[in-house]
Amino acid sequence: MAVATAPLRILIGKVGLDGHDRGVKLVARALRDAGVEIIYTGLHQTPEQVVATAIQEDVHAIGLSIHSGAHNSLFPRVLHLLREQGAGDIALFGGGIIPDEDVPRLKSAGVQMLFRPATPMQEILDFVKGLHVGH
Amino acid sequence: MSVRTSRFTSLSGLSIEPVYTPDHLKDWHADQDLGLPGAFPYTRGIHSTMYRGRLWTMRQFAGFGSAEDTNRRFHYLLHQGQTGLSVAFDLPTLMGLDSDDPRAQGEVGHCGVAISSLADMERLFDGIPLDQVTTSMTINGPAAVLFAMYLAVAQKRGIPFSQLGGTIQNDILKEYIAQKEWLFPPEPHMALIVDTIAYCAAHVPKWHPISISGYHIREAGSTAVQELAFTLYDGLTYVDAAVKAGLDVDAFAPQLSFFFNVHNDFFEEIAKFRAARRLWAREMERRYHPKNPRSLQLRCHAQTAGCSLTAQQPMNNIVRTSLQALAAVLGGTQSLHTNSMDESLALPTEEAVTLALRTQQIIAAESETVNTVDPLGGSYFVESLTNRLEEGARDYFRRLDGMGGMIRAIEGGFPQREILDASQRYQRELERGERSLVGVTEYVENTQRPIPILRIGSEVEQEQVARLSDLRKSRDPFRMAGALEEVQETAACHQNLMPALIEAVLAKATVGEICSALREVYGTYREPVVL
Repeated sequence: MAVATAPLRILIGKVGLDGHDRGVKLVARALRDAGVEIIYTGLHQTPEQVVATAIQEDVHAIGLSIHSGAHNSLFPRVLHLLREQGAGDIALFGGGIIPDEDVPRLKSAGVQMLFRPATPMQEILDFVKGLHVGH
Repeated sequence: MSVRTSRFTSLSGLSIEPVYTPDHLKDWHADQDLGLPGAFPYTRGIHSTMYRGRLWTMRQFAGFGSAEDTNRRFHYLLHQGQTGLSVAFDLPTLMGLDSDDPRAQGEVGHCGVAISSLADMERLFDGIPLDQVTTSMTINGPAAVLFAMYLAVAQKRGIPFSQLGGTIQNDILKEYIAQKEWLFPPEPHMALIVDTIAYCAAHVPKWHPISISGYHIREAGSTAVQELAFTLYDGLTYVDAAVKAGLDVDAFAPQLSFFFNVHNDFFEEIAKFRAARRLWAREMERRYHPKNPRSLQLRCHAQTAGCSLTAQQPMNNIVRTSLQALAAVLGGTQSLHTNSMDESLALPTEEAVTLALRTQQIIAAESETVNTVDPLGGSYFVESLTNRLEEGARDYFRRLDGMGGMIRAIEGGFPQREILDASQRYQRELERGERSLVGVTEYVENTQRPIPILRIGSEVEQEQVARLSDLRKSRDPFRMAGALEEVQETAACHQNLMPALIEAVLAKATVGEICSALREVYGTYREPVVL
């Protein structure tokens, strides 16, 4: 494993209109406790706001939570905006209420990982640390 | 299974003894702390006969897609024996945005029904006798606007407001605390809520203008004690605001209602309902001395815990929901929603929602639990839990008083942080193996058996956008603009907004237009970051 030279920076946030922030905050806390620098955007973010913040804060990855059923339009919009603004190297992952059958399409569009409800926190930590090695 | 070595605690972390005896009820007096059903302090229920006289209202929360889609589901549910309606609105509507707002893209009709105009509302209730069915509407930020639409539908049909029964959730404090769908800062939101309370007291006497909700607080990860404490304290905050606005407590308190979660811990949940009634009666008596006993009675709706449902082995959710529903009935709820097994994956299918309704019907018809009132009253264990929940809530009351009330506490992030900490404690207990979830931490199956999922097509959004475009072309622009101006002027001079809102919806102003007119007067809210 590569030796960390700079702390990993991750943007964690909620896109869309739903206010279910229990899961996303637990993930943010767990990552922060594991030494990751967390930029937490808060609620009701548009894809434009998320991408602008991600670029401005120079993050390695974006983790988004969606419980509203709008994942099939919001994740692709974030990916599109990242590429459009030359930030396609920022990894995108997410979680929330996302039916299994939507996962393959979102992954092939470029979402690196989607965590189901009740994913053990360690799995998310391992995934994020794995991102660091590759970046 | 091997000998259990785990700690014995309730889901909320209260330590539980191996057996309960009279020693655990030393300071407890049946005459003062229990009483009889229908009598102060209402521990045993607000009615003397409870379910012997009338069963609880079976009210399934429903809403998806277009107004027509949801209208069909309403007719279906009523036909299946449901006794009241409950509307779920989509997220754009909850946030006061029209279906054609750019921020609504991808969300129209997904988490509930899309309602932007009076015409949508008329289609939603097409063929539903508003003078015979009671309707609960889960709407908060723009509650007054959607309520104005409901009243306008009744007015157009010639139904007097005095015959309308139902509830708007209209509880903004729990939005700041947990559910996070607000439109304005706390002060103007509170004023708007007082307007609806005053308007109902004067014109819509059978309507519940607010449903003070612990449900979302619990879903956000709180303990049962926190749910009880923050919800009742929110309730007292609304009463205080209405009394300060000059209303007589007996003119509105009988129409206040509450909404609780029913989680997995069977006895703790039963005790929570009992403690809630007792604590409310005692606090209302102590603070306001109402003359009407109905002002002391805590009426409530209950919903089984959505956050207890698992995406893994979803059929297990039927069993969880049955146990939770039974706890709500033993706790003495006035109405109940039972979640469908597929709700950890999507909105429920018709088959799943029917099964959820049947769960309540089986409890009512077959379990024989409805034959006597408060069957657990006098149980050493349940009375002891009831006492501890009330004490725990009172402890929070003192802390909130010390902070200068709920709005100050919210601005300081206090309830938000308490809930997040509780949620994290539970998560860690789960990950350390101190708590179990069947199908998730134990008895895991690697092969998944998929169940049918309700999908909302993008045509709902396209139709809504087209309809709104037609509406904006067809209405009288002068009447509409005049009505919106009246809304803003009334808001600015702190008069009751309801008449102006009714005129605005009749003038075909949309939810989004009315809410943005109000935002110009009231401003917006930025939440404190709590992490």
